[in-house]
Amino acid sequence: MTEIIKTDAVIVGAGPCGLFAVFELGLLDIKAHVIDILDKVGGQCAELYPEKPIYDIPGLPVVTGQGLTDQLMEQIKPFDAEFHLSEMVESLERLPDGSFRLGTNADKIFECKVVIIAAGGGSFQPKKPPISNVDVYEGQSVFYAVRKMDAFKDKTVLIAGGGDSALDWTLNLAPVAKRVTLLHRRDDFRAAPDSVNKMRALVAEGKIDLVIGQVTELKGPDGKLEAAAVKLNNGSADEIACDALLPFFGLTMKLGPLAEWGLNLNENLIPVDTEKFETSEPGIYAIGDINTYPGKLKLILSGFHEAALMSQAAARRINPDRRIVFQYTTSSTNLQKKLGVA
Amino acid sequence: MPSITFIDSEGTPRTVEAVNGSTVMEAALQNAIPEVEAECGGACSCATCHVYVDEAWTEKVGGPSPMEEDMLDFAFEVRPESRLSCQIKVSDALNGLVVRTPARQG
Repeated sequence: MTEIIKTDAVIVGAGPCGLFAVFELGLLDIKAHVIDILDKVGGQCAELYPEKPIYDIPGLPVVTGQGLTDQLMEQIKPFDAEFHLSEMVESLERLPDGSFRLGTNADKIFECKVVIIAAGGGSFQPKKPPISNVDVYEGQSVFYAVRKMDAFKDKTVLIAGGGDSALDWTLNLAPVAKRVTLLHRRDDFRAAPDSVNKMRALVAEGKIDLVIGQVTELKGPDGKLEAAAVKLNNGSADEIACDALLPFFGLTMKLGPLAEWGLNLNENLIPVDTEKFETSEPGIYAIGDINTYPGKLKLILSGFHEAALMSQAAARRINPDRRIVFQYTTSSTNLQKKLGVA
Repeated sequence: MPSITFIDSEGTPRTVEAVNGSTVMEAALQNAIPEVEAECGGACSCATCHVYVDEAWTEKVGGPSPMEEDMLDFAFEVRPESRLSCQIKVSDALNGLVVRTPARQG
């Protein structure tokens, strides 16, 4: 049976704005669950530029994407948010009493009073190779992730890419699959040197094949892959027999299922007001890069401000009878208790 | 100001003015050039500003750095003249540069 998680707030997206929303909601006694499609927190900061310096976070002259993520995680620790990573929110519906029900692709159901969409540029999803007929094979012979290694038992597997995912799965599937071929556009790999050495050893032992080139076409009837046409680096064409293709070309941001949630959208952004940062649906808020309003700047610091104001509005919605007293963390014993410092 | 011509995958050229010291990717975004996405905003971490440098310019523009070469692994239909436009700095020496954009960035 699917477990139903009941909570005050669900935050969709664990980037910097989603994380800081945990803090601002927490100060107002609102407990949050955070869902993110990545297997780590930090959103773009952690996925796209973990080592790049950011220079415009107030009070931090320079901080890396990962550094900021780590600091935010430290800052929100007192509020014990629960994280649901590697999960995508697929559905969002309003219940008769005005609360919300969200469903994820991991079959979890959340019921909550407010929803905060902090989804940045959308969800990170695997890049699809621009092979004209790839769609036909997806799910049947082309996979962007390995869920069960057993599924590749006795299969002839072609793995495309040169990063850690491509190399890790080459090494993991080599003893399982009937045959593994690794295909990469150059004889240099960005993956960890240790994995590359292991892969080269397997090639030397004749246990796997390494081909330098790029896929141009998939062959086989009705989504059943039989071979991949490949352009080799010397310009000649070749064909690799295979019944599964695993392309690992990194991630790209797609708006994803939130386009189906009945919210007003403006060029893939969610229009909000600048008092509550509420969407066209009362009780659903949008903060950070995903929202738009007159004068919007896609800055992390703007997202922090939006999180603070949104939280006030969310608190009034969740506890309409409770008066919110504005307090400072510097002087309020009440807030300091919540932060575990008083 | 140096000018740069972007030729899209259907052959349509668009010539824009670029600021010295900025990048070819920035010139593309400021002028709404299609087929350059630049998801990461120029951090050399997404490979969605992939361009093909015109043959006449490959020598002047030069090749990718090792970091950029790694990132090109995430691009598609990579060719010897492939570059990430966020890593090409605009200068007077590149006045008249011609680059082609791929039909898909990812």
